[in-house]
Amino acid sequence: MKTVTLTLTNPPKLLLEGQNITPDNFAGKNTAEIATLDLWEGKQKIPLGKHFTVAGDGGATAAETKIVLRGDCTRVKRIGQQMTAGEIVIEGNADMYIGGWMQGGKIHVKGNVDSFCGIGMEGGELIVDGNAGCHLGSSPRGEWRGMKGGLIRVAGNVGSDTATFINGGTIIIGGDADIHVSTHGEGGTVVIKGDAKGRVGGQMVKGDIYVYGTIENPLPGFSMVGEVEQEVDGETALFAHHIGDLGERHPVSRGKTVYANLYTRL
Amino acid sequence: MSELIIRNGFVFDPLQGIRGDRMDIGIKDGKIVETSTLSAPRTIDAAGMTVMAGGVDIHSHVVGPKVNVGRLFRPEDKLFKSPHKSPTCSRMEMGSSVPSTFKTGYDYARMGYVFVNEAAMPPLHSPHVHEEIRDTPIIDNAAMPVFGNNWFTLEYLKNNEIENNAAYTAWLLRATRGFGIKVVNPGGSEAWGWGLNCVHIHDPVPYFDIAPAEIVKGLIETNEFLGLPHSVHLHCNNLGNPGNYTDTLDSLRLAEGYAPKNDFGRKQVMHVTHLQFHAYGGDSWGNVGARSKDIMDYVNAHDNITVDMGQVTLDETTTMTADGPFEHHLRAQNNLKWANVDVELETAAGVVPYIYSPKVKANTIQWAVGLELALLAKDPMRIFLTTDHPNAGPFTRYPRVIAWLMSRAARDATMKTFKWLDRTIDATSIDGIDRELDLYEIAQMTRAGPARALGLTHMYGGLAPGMDADVAVYALNPGDMPSDPAAIENAFSRCALLVKDGVVTVRDGEVVTEPAKRTIWVDVKVPENTQVQRDIYEHFLRHYSVKLDNYSLFEEHLHNSRVIEVDTTQ
Ligand SMILES: [Zn+2]
Repeated sequence: MKTVTLTLTNPPKLLLEGQNITPDNFAGKNTAEIATLDLWEGKQKIPLGKHFTVAGDGGATAAETKIVLRGDCTRVKRIGQQMTAGEIVIEGNADMYIGGWMQGGKIHVKGNVDSFCGIGMEGGELIVDGNAGCHLGSSPRGEWRGMKGGLIRVAGNVGSDTATFINGGTIIIGGDADIHVSTHGEGGTVVIKGDAKGRVGGQMVKGDIYVYGTIENPLPGFSMVGEVEQEVDGETALFAHHIGDLGERHPVSRGKTVYANLYTRL
Repeated sequence: MSELIIRNGFVFDPLQGIRGDRMDIGIKDGKIVETSTLSAPRTIDAAGMTVMAGGVDIHSHVVGPKVNVGRLFRPEDKLFKSPHKSPTCSRMEMGSSVPSTFKTGYDYARMGYVFVNEAAMPPLHSPHVHEEIRDTPIIDNAAMPVFGNNWFTLEYLKNNEIENNAAYTAWLLRATRGFGIKVVNPGGSEAWGWGLNCVHIHDPVPYFDIAPAEIVKGLIETNEFLGLPHSVHLHCNNLGNPGNYTDTLDSLRLAEGYAPKNDFGRKQVMHVTHLQFHAYGGDSWGNVGARSKDIMDYVNAHDNITVDMGQVTLDETTTMTADGPFEHHLRAQNNLKWANVDVELETAAGVVPYIYSPKVKANTIQWAVGLELALLAKDPMRIFLTTDHPNAGPFTRYPRVIAWLMSRAARDATMKTFKWLDRTIDATSIDGIDRELDLYEIAQMTRAGPARALGLTHMYGGLAPGMDADVAVYALNPGDMPSDPAAIENAFSRCALLVKDGVVTVRDGEVVTEPAKRTIWVDVKVPENTQVQRDIYEHFLRHYSVKLDNYSLFEEHLHNSRVIEVDTTQ
């Protein structure tokens, strides 16, 4: 594994569109070539080297390439977008769309991220040590085919509209979640270890949600069916099991109607 | 204006019966001229290439409110599917199945098309339609207002008042700057206001006490009474349902006994659109099968009818139609998002995304049905290439449809991707058809035929002196056609050259200039009819939410008007 270190030494006036900062794009390129990759500041196309000091060369393939971002990337968007392999470590904060449409590899953000991170995710891992904004692991606007796979782990709190149209994969939130979780979900798992504000599982067809704390405003479309013991994220606990959203269509599998499951910790 | 001569191409012009002769095409002041009249023309070498008139699309949904709803509620149709701005185009392009107005104009031009007929204009929203026409570059547009569920039409036809209906039709064509009489699910979209539908031609329309059959016949009589350039343009009842071919045959038979009356060279009294959606046997999606042969046997034997394909292209697309109940029905099948609207007194509309997949048996049968219709047609001057854009697929797939029509190998290669190939073959006759269309037949289906059916052969669809200088050149040598059907598709996707109104517009597949486009509409002069004037006044007073004075298109909405005048008072 070869490491390329990008240090934000010349911060942009506007937000930077950093979708070219991926192991896929850096693979097979040396320091100088990486510095010529395109970024966008507003509508201006500019070379990556204008804002970042580049050190190190990319590996032969994406899988053999690691990118480390230093400096304040609070205003750098789309890092790791559509990456298929390799690794990215962001030492501080980052902006929106981090790991969007990610297919493989791993992104570790040591600070906070803004909204739309991990949207349309198909595989790989996105780890955030701080908080995340809205639309974490959600489907892109208008799209009904949301997160398909992979793992998103946020240690802190998240904003609204997490996991909209989730179809697969896992999202684990260490803190609290704002309104709208797994809206229109049709698969996948969301774990909220803190509290959820409300509208959890609205119009959900299939899939699982775990809430360890309280749901401030639970939806009437979920009905409790019993208590179950479940192993979640390596620990076993007792949960109240609710099925729903009863106002939504539900598929029938082997003669039995399939519902979405909402588990609240007892 | 400059002179041009396009030299030595293989010319296909069915309107003049020219079948690939090596000829020169002369152009002067935006018109085709005899080459002998040119003094110092700029020469374009088309040696080894195919030369046709600019393409004419008889049925496509490209402008207006329901198209825009498709654009608005499908941002995902743009995501990662919008090219960077072309350095040679003035505007950026967006979208895939419902492209932006700009992309629509550019992509049609890149394929060598010059005229596109918007297939359904809700009269109340005609200003929106015309504003989008203005914003769609290069291609000339017409738009057909919908009449098949209009309260005036239903009332007049219920009482068999053809003359009054004709006067109203003339008024509405002028009010909307419309081109002709479109009929969508006659009676059914009005019934949708009651949560009902008319699936058979004798189902009564609630309240109005009339049936689709009477609406269609009445509108044919109205159309021929007025002598419009185009005929009644019919989207039949019961679209998209297994077993609907009998309803389609019933609808086709409504044209029996009628002959065209017009001064525009039109030979049909009824154009039946997106026939593919109307040619299914069986009684469920489990046993649905192609009934293309039954339908085409009838069409082949009746030359007062034209049809277009509505070919399924096996893409993710966006369905949109004034057939409101159909879209509700479709939404219940695929559970995707749905937009629905009622247009007061006039029509309805719905929009639902749809994915035609080679893995879904119903979709691959639909694919076969569309191609069978064209391949079983005896007269390619009466069946036209469409995808009912974007309903069965985006218009940008026309080149692929051409490749399927011209090459059995292209069809076989696509069929190899079908999950349910054996069942598709069992349910259709596509595997037994070896016919491969030639370039002359393609020219019939894509320019000469649609232009004649629209009554526009004095301007579009051919290369005779006096016609618009709209010329498309494709990098295909008819004497040495590529064995790889992908090469046919590529050649038709990006024409080598498009001259529009005498201006070189596309070169090597890139738009290089954007000549002024035009709006074609039909202005019919009818005798003064006080009864109809009073009816219009009354309906606006009692039922419309807009005032009569605000209803008709304001002149400034009409972009670069090219009016076709029809005078019934003579
Ligand atoms: Zn249509």
